[in-house]
Amino acid sequence: MRREQADLVIIGGGPAGLAAAVAAYDSGVRDLLILERDSHAGGILQQCIHNGFGLHRFQKELTGPEYAGEYEKMVAERNIAIRCGSMVLNVSPEKVITVVSQEGVTQIQAKAVILAMGCRERSRGALNIPGSRPAGIFSAGTAQKYVNCMGYLPGREVVILGSGDIGLIMARRMTLEGAKVKAVCELMPYSGGLARNIQQCLKDFDIPLKLSHTVTAIHGKERLTGVTVSQVDEKRRPIPGTEEEISCDTLLLSVGLIPENELSKEAGIRLDPVTGGAVVDEKRQTSCPGIFACGNVLHVHDLVDFVSEEAALAGESAAAYIAGKVSQDDVLELVPDGKIRYTVPQRIADRQEDVKVYFRVDNVYRKVEIRVTCDGETVLAKKRPVVKPGEMESLVLTKEQLAKCHGSRLEFTLVSG
Amino acid sequence: MKRELTCIVCPMGCDLTAEIENGQVISVAGNTCPRGAKYAEQECIHPERVLTSTAATEDGGVLPVRTDGTVPKEKLFDCMAEVNRLKVRLPITVGTVIIEHIAGTEANLVAAKNMERGK
Amino acid sequence: MVDVVIIGAGVIGAMTARELCRNRLSVCVVERANDAAAGASRANSGIVHAGFDAQPGTLKARLNVAGSEKMEHVAEELGVPYRRNGSLVLGYNDEDKATLEKLYRQGQENGVRDLELLDQEQLRKVEPGVSGQAAWALHAPTGAIVCPYELTIAALGNAMDNGAEFLRNFEVTEIRETEMSIVLHAADGRQVEARYVVNAAGTFADKIAAMLGDDSFSICPRRGEYLLLDKECGGMVRHTLFRTPTKKGKGVLVTPTVDGNLLLGPTAEAQEDREYAGTTAEGLAEIISQTGSEAEGIPFRQVITSFAGLRATGSTGDFILRTCGKRAVHAAGMESPGLSASPAAAEYVVELLRGLGLEMVPREDFQPRRKAAHWFRELSFEEKDAYIREHPVYGKMVCRCESVSEGEILEAIRRAPQALDLDSVKRRTRSGMGRCQGGFCSPRIVELLAEEQGIPFEQVTKSGKGSYLNIGRTKGGEQA
Repeated sequence: MRREQADLVIIGGGPAGLAAAVAAYDSGVRDLLILERDSHAGGILQQCIHNGFGLHRFQKELTGPEYAGEYEKMVAERNIAIRCGSMVLNVSPEKVITVVSQEGVTQIQAKAVILAMGCRERSRGALNIPGSRPAGIFSAGTAQKYVNCMGYLPGREVVILGSGDIGLIMARRMTLEGAKVKAVCELMPYSGGLARNIQQCLKDFDIPLKLSHTVTAIHGKERLTGVTVSQVDEKRRPIPGTEEEISCDTLLLSVGLIPENELSKEAGIRLDPVTGGAVVDEKRQTSCPGIFACGNVLHVHDLVDFVSEEAALAGESAAAYIAGKVSQDDVLELVPDGKIRYTVPQRIADRQEDVKVYFRVDNVYRKVEIRVTCDGETVLAKKRPVVKPGEMESLVLTKEQLAKCHGSRLEFTLVSG
Repeated sequence: MKRELTCIVCPMGCDLTAEIENGQVISVAGNTCPRGAKYAEQECIHPERVLTSTAATEDGGVLPVRTDGTVPKEKLFDCMAEVNRLKVRLPITVGTVIIEHIAGTEANLVAAKNMERGK
Repeated sequence: MVDVVIIGAGVIGAMTARELCRNRLSVCVVERANDAAAGASRANSGIVHAGFDAQPGTLKARLNVAGSEKMEHVAEELGVPYRRNGSLVLGYNDEDKATLEKLYRQGQENGVRDLELLDQEQLRKVEPGVSGQAAWALHAPTGAIVCPYELTIAALGNAMDNGAEFLRNFEVTEIRETEMSIVLHAADGRQVEARYVVNAAGTFADKIAAMLGDDSFSICPRRGEYLLLDKECGGMVRHTLFRTPTKKGKGVLVTPTVDGNLLLGPTAEAQEDREYAGTTAEGLAEIISQTGSEAEGIPFRQVITSFAGLRATGSTGDFILRTCGKRAVHAAGMESPGLSASPAAAEYVVELLRGLGLEMVPREDFQPRRKAAHWFRELSFEEKDAYIREHPVYGKMVCRCESVSEGEILEAIRRAPQALDLDSVKRRTRSGMGRCQGGFCSPRIVELLAEEQGIPFEQVTKSGKGSYLNIGRTKGGEQA
């Protein structure tokens, strides 16, 4: 078995991994390596052929492959090594990475590691929809790969469960390719996707969005022949008598994304049960010194632009760590109130810089204030006209504000008015 | 007359309200940037969209393609009909024009990815 | 003409084929589905029962204990994962305790080794993961777990390696008996002529019996629903946990699987359809409510899939293993403990055939061993590295969740019995069985299935006829 060494190993060559590599390089790291399990870089962006990427990062509206292309170019210009077809089997707390490829199994001892493995889609099994198990049930992302990368159409008549962005995008995509999308059902009383996608993917094509509805049965023996859709009450339980059968040959599931943290768990990294990702400080350092995380493996983002931004931060931090400049004094815990479901980072270890805190809420709230307090004293209060679970929020805590915090807990609360 | 819109220019998805009189947009509210106002004006008079899709390639694969500007919304399926007839020659680089003035619109269809000949 | 044709490639048919191949006989297995283990052998609890459940003196009791004793050796020869994890029947009150004592005596009468009754304290020591509500338990250290579909596929594969023939999508519609032979007619016009026939047709066994002119029994399919939890939960309990049986039935169990998942189920509902089993909201709710009092703190959020299987419950209450006329043997009604009994039941069928006059001449060149399906995953990093250097395709990972390489998938597609559809690859390699349930890997596996069989991409199915995955090319291309 080959044994190698590297200053920095980045696991994942999607948008997060590429941006982290570029930032680490620009911060002085030269001995670095990206490990990508697919045969090409760019990750999920390669199948996201729709536009809407890059407005923040590049000030122009790009498609997924175009956005990935911009970063691939930056990586190539810097001669950063990227090994495709390389799947990491294990990361040890000592930062030994075991990777398999067609060349064999290799162990790499790294000084720092950036986790950028992305996320996966929640499957039907996790939903427990009763019924038979015919062909024709796909996660929206799998259907997207069939259509956009392989050129095959999974079906003709489609129902989509879940109004996450991939589901909405696939509603339009299947329609443009000649399929009939009969309905998009959303369990919650609000959509999990971006408002613009409701407009340009559903309303533009008169596709009904059924809020507070779910699929309660699956029909068909060999291939799907239909689904039963029911309305749900406030507790998300199907209401008897509201069943409607919709004939279809395809059911797409867009019911949430889960950070892919199997490697992190094996490495003993502390995870946040709400995000499903690692607990990190403002530098995106995990509980394991020298191991950083960014992008959708840390928490699921709505926009790739924010993935890039976060990855750049992780890349710079890893460079500082390698140079021996990262302190780990763990001074502040960020504590969300529940209406605010989580914050990233979850801890602030160093108050020398301003810290941008990302968070998500658990429901749609109008006219609210986000209040940050420490020992009962308000550090920061920001008003928002509306906050939604489908859209990530952020606020900046300045170093001056942080310097005034004397307790060890920074409470994040959502107050109406 | 007032019309409620969701801005699709960027992912913020602002809720816009456009005031229309005699087929003219006289004011737009709710936008966070000037592009929002422009979108609302266009959307109320003549909605336009960017088309993204794939085109068949000569080696049996598919290439991501897009229009380099917006096309009238009602022309989306006319554009798709033209896209569906393509057999794109490879290799191709991102931005290469594949169809000029697709479906008689102002926009061109361009490659959205560099692609070599496949297997 | 073959010596023996077996109808049904479930665990009984496959084990019987393997047993027959020890002799100089030509053997053919016909199966209505596109793969082996497509019926009850695909979806059951995977438990090798110790043998205290069945009434003393029945075939169920006799063959369960005998089969359970043989299973470890058979699984080892076939390279199938098997683990003797022991089982516990939990009691909650005095009535249960009396039943457990009865089961204990019954087990001893059936010849089950090492049974013991435990009080709560002893129970906690043996199984720390057990629910605090359980006050008593019957402990059977000889209880074990095995992967039922892998066992079936391996037994059939081993029979094929020793010369057996396997015909898929062969739905028997008519059986004609002549003086010298018996002829099976399939729905698609194919025919197989044989000297003897074994009816191991699972939920269709009574239909086959009727074609043979025997209407002495019927089969009532009973649906069993299951929940499968993530591998993170497999270590919650070491033993298979049963409830004390009541008049309503055996109840649902909690067990680790040989793959390290946690399995909960089954329910028991009679149904008409003999082929398709679906899950129901009520069934899944029942599993959740029952298992809560068996193991402590089951994380139901970690469910990765639910599924249902159909048991072939016969009308006689016992296994229906007997001759029918001069050329046929029934192996019907092989509901639980059919899997546990299968090695012994196969031998029993062979003896019945011998009784009908089939001469058994042992083959010296019979090869009882089959290379383990998961030989590659068992290797150390060093060994994998060395192998990949020679065979790079084993370093190309296709399934992320279960770490399955392209080499292993190709092996499943090429090796007898060949996997011809997506579900068949999944059963052999575990690709698509993990957390993402095939979301990432299925497009590539479909590509490999198409390439290897030389068929268009859109002709690849999920599980055979009609279960197509794609309707055709985009771009207004040809559509099926």
